[in-house]
Amino acid sequence: MASFSTTATVEDPRVSLGDGGILPPTRGGGGDDSGPGLPDYATRLRRARLGLLVALTPVLMLFVSFTSAYIVRQGLPTLDPRTNTLVRDWIPVTLPRLLLINTGVLILSSVFIELARRQIKDQAALRPITARPRISAGDQMRIPWLSMTLVLGLAFLLGQWTAWRQLAANGFYVATTPSSSFVYLLTGTHAIHLMGGVLALFVAGIASHLRRSAATRSIVVDLTAWYWHFMAALWIYILCLLKFAS
Amino acid sequence: MGLVLLIIIWLITFASTYFFIAKTWWLPAGASAAAAGIDHHFTTTFILMGIVFVAAQVSLGALVWIYRDRGSSSSKVTYSHGNTKLEIVWTLLTTILFVGLNLMSSSIWASERFRPAEVDAVRVEVTGMQFAWYFRYPGPDGKFGATNPELEDASAGGEAALGLDTKDGASKDDVVTGTMVVPVNREIEVILRAHDVIHSFFIPTMRFKQDAVPGLAIHMHFTPIQTGDYEILCAELCGLGHYKMHGMLRVVSQEEFDKWLAAREAEKQ
Amino acid sequence: MATHEFAAQESHAHAAPQGFVRKWVFSLDHKVIGLQYYFLALAAVFVGMFLSLLMRIHLIWPTLALPLLGDIKPETYLTLVTMHGTIMVFFVLTTAPQGGFGNYFLPIQIGAPDMAFPVLNMLSFWTTLLGFIVMIAAFFVAGGAPLHGWTGYAPLSAIQSTGPGEGLGADLWIISIAIFCIGALMGALNFITTTLDMRAKGMTMMRLPLTVWAWFVTAILGLLAFGVLLSAGILLLMDRNLGTSFFVPLVTINGQLTGHKGGSPLLWQHLFWFFGHPEVYIAILPAMGMCSQLLSVFSRKPIFGYKAMVYAILGIGFLGFMVWGHHMFMSGMSPYTAFAFSIMTMGIGVPSAIKTFNWLGTLMRGRIRFTSPMLFAIGFVSLFVSGGISGPFLAQPVLDIQLHDTYFVPAHFHLIMGVASIFGIFAATYYWFPKMFGRMMNESMARWHFWFSFIGTYAIFMPMHYLGMAGMPRRYSQLTEVTYLHGLIPLQKFITYAAFVTIAGQLIFLVNLFWSMFKGKQASDNPWEATTLEWTTATPPPHDNFGGHTPVVHNGPYEYSVPGAPRDYVMQSDPEIGPAH
Repeated sequence: MASFSTTATVEDPRVSLGDGGILPPTRGGGGDDSGPGLPDYATRLRRARLGLLVALTPVLMLFVSFTSAYIVRQGLPTLDPRTNTLVRDWIPVTLPRLLLINTGVLILSSVFIELARRQIKDQAALRPITARPRISAGDQMRIPWLSMTLVLGLAFLLGQWTAWRQLAANGFYVATTPSSSFVYLLTGTHAIHLMGGVLALFVAGIASHLRRSAATRSIVVDLTAWYWHFMAALWIYILCLLKFAS
Repeated sequence: MGLVLLIIIWLITFASTYFFIAKTWWLPAGASAAAAGIDHHFTTTFILMGIVFVAAQVSLGALVWIYRDRGSSSSKVTYSHGNTKLEIVWTLLTTILFVGLNLMSSSIWASERFRPAEVDAVRVEVTGMQFAWYFRYPGPDGKFGATNPELEDASAGGEAALGLDTKDGASKDDVVTGTMVVPVNREIEVILRAHDVIHSFFIPTMRFKQDAVPGLAIHMHFTPIQTGDYEILCAELCGLGHYKMHGMLRVVSQEEFDKWLAAREAEKQ
Repeated sequence: MATHEFAAQESHAHAAPQGFVRKWVFSLDHKVIGLQYYFLALAAVFVGMFLSLLMRIHLIWPTLALPLLGDIKPETYLTLVTMHGTIMVFFVLTTAPQGGFGNYFLPIQIGAPDMAFPVLNMLSFWTTLLGFIVMIAAFFVAGGAPLHGWTGYAPLSAIQSTGPGEGLGADLWIISIAIFCIGALMGALNFITTTLDMRAKGMTMMRLPLTVWAWFVTAILGLLAFGVLLSAGILLLMDRNLGTSFFVPLVTINGQLTGHKGGSPLLWQHLFWFFGHPEVYIAILPAMGMCSQLLSVFSRKPIFGYKAMVYAILGIGFLGFMVWGHHMFMSGMSPYTAFAFSIMTMGIGVPSAIKTFNWLGTLMRGRIRFTSPMLFAIGFVSLFVSGGISGPFLAQPVLDIQLHDTYFVPAHFHLIMGVASIFGIFAATYYWFPKMFGRMMNESMARWHFWFSFIGTYAIFMPMHYLGMAGMPRRYSQLTEVTYLHGLIPLQKFITYAAFVTIAGQLIFLVNLFWSMFKGKQASDNPWEATTLEWTTATPPPHDNFGGHTPVVHNGPYEYSVPGAPRDYVMQSDPEIGPAH
């Protein structure tokens, strides 16, 4: 019966095992501001981005699935029992113009959050210098891109809500026609996911007050920005699907 | 332990195979034109897969006994990471077996399902509903009359259950029954419909099964070649009465069928 | 000395958690989360078995009134069928192998201190638990649990008036599954990111144990499939509650129009099976990985054809997305489409066959040790073969005409997915119990458990093939109404008696499991003399898995009986054993 293998080599530099091996080894190097025992900023960013990429896959699959349901439902004839013939019942929905304005708002918000992402990255990189008294990073750093994105995001959601009210006023509710069902389904699911993005923005915004490090804040904003861009691209796709695939 | 494993695995294998070969419980005797071809292919698949089954299980039993650890002196391990050539060989053989079997059966599938019914087939509309089958014959005019879901009344049976629209001229001569009567040696075209949920029209002796889907009218065909009474079952979960949603197929001679249909038509006058 | 990657999140920078709640309830430690998943699955499997026992009793004694439960009505029988299938597929087969053992051992086997996102990992367990609670709640609401089968075909599942239980119970069923999807997706996220980004130095993809490959590919399958199930569930909820018509055409229920029209029942089937087919591979792949692992360890021989095994796992995963239509041959789908799906389905039999050949090849010329994990691994191979052989029958549409929706189908999937996967779970339990709890399980109780289970499950499921060929349809609550089914009652009785005995045998496992946790013989760090990284660390592993060190890997995972080596096993972190062979 073997016990713990004594012939194994375990490479293990710079480790203090005074704590009985409970704590992970400390990491040297400065400037990354991430605290003892954490992987460095580059690793954390890469891992977080990989995680986001993986996480966006099922979101994509959700909308791929809705798309295939949309295409199938649109083209599908059904048996009219009265006449014993196959009929199609697809009536296209006139989309409110407001949706185009909302699209503009969302695209602009994407621009803003991209600027926020770069801004906080620069901030994190400059921290060793700006930490010194009497050194400032300039006016560019003062523009609150993140808050502006949040405002636009909320404006988009409000705009979507208003667009739904307009649809209802025109007589198109969720179950009125199959086409209207899909309009509410696709825009509604997108809006729910965007709300998640808004929540992330909020968390990123108050992160500084929660005393998270600049590196952590940078990663949170980075992920939120990529998520936001994905949501914007997804919205453009949904709009095109609803407008042109009718 | 190796020997016990071998014995048990072999016993289970031979016992199960015995019951397959002895056909203790087996497919009901086929009574349709397609049955012979289908049953023949079933036997082919059965023999080939049976050989694989027995060979694999017997090998497993043998291997665990032969290569049991008998103590360090007599048991030696042959260190090996595998054999690529062997991998390629058995991969190819498996592919040929599986794809070959499938292509053989596909020609039968194609001959049954890739063509519509013959022009002079006997047409019967089969409607499934919770929890009964109804059969409708188009009558001398050859046309099925209109039905209207709003006219349905299952408690009144027959035409009312189908919601037959008596105002439509073509429905006057439609015959609706609870038993499916067909003439032998004629192709029967069934048009499958469902009123509420998915049902499945299954006649084991005819080697016939097809889901009846609401919103669709599915055209299928089969040719009974032997007279007799054959049970029809529902083979798609349709609710609490699924287990008792069954009907009867009566295959009779052409003369008897004509007489029966004429009598049903006469009743309608 | 080269620097090494140390993978941790912020929470890992602190000391191991103190206090009962942080340590055992809201733990971020993947090992604790793995145990939580495991015990959830254990509870679920006993619920599922109990439901199936009631089913078996009702089938042969339809008028029997049971204590407390009373008469089992036909609709109650269908509720049992539905919930048995749903609970077993989701909360047992998709939970124990992946959420349970995958969570516990994937990080350790790749040399990482935890999963990539420990907080998300914890949330994934609690989400799954919430899903289970919602599912059980369906039994207790007005109308009870749904009766539409685990497959939930519309319109039966899409309209509230089609039968008892199709009201709130069906809504809860859908919501529970939706919650489960989200939990599973969170888990998949962790598995994939961790496997790709946190392997120790030297742990290349082609040195991963096959268990890790299996968990990894299973996670990818889940990532792609659960989103589609979620979408189907959303559409179904809308049809049921908002009056939409995605799946419901113009129908009348009990003579009443429902207001739906134009929808397609086949659309539900396509969406469901697009998820449903990969799901069965999600259920079986981890067990296949486990089997490969154990056959190698206990034959003291490398796995036969490691590369082929990896390609087979990838092939099964990939092809698994292309065969869903074989569940729909009789559905009204075009016969040309059916032909295409059937060719693909025969194709997916090939990598499974390759794996079986390789398992046999591993045993050949080995030196087999009949430990309890090995018994279950050998049993797995036998069951997998038996269940697999019936596949080519069902995969050919012409034969499926006769066999679809008969007992031949549950015979097939219970053997190849249900029982085989459960054997994988048992094998993993007996194998990893010493590492998780520091004690050995009782070997003689384990052997009794094995024989009860092996012979018992064959006695239950092999006869179902005969029933299916004789024309016994699925989901019939009793055999009394159709004349030719009367002759099949004796065989059904035999199956029920076999089920009694087999389920009784599972109590042996339960006793062994809990007794051994407290009274089992102390285990050493590597009682099985195995090579993978979990056996290099303490028993049980410390909070960060390797006690402050990070292993460096020099060898593949199956170096047993290497000629010239001092022992008959070389650990993955031992010095390199020489040039590739």
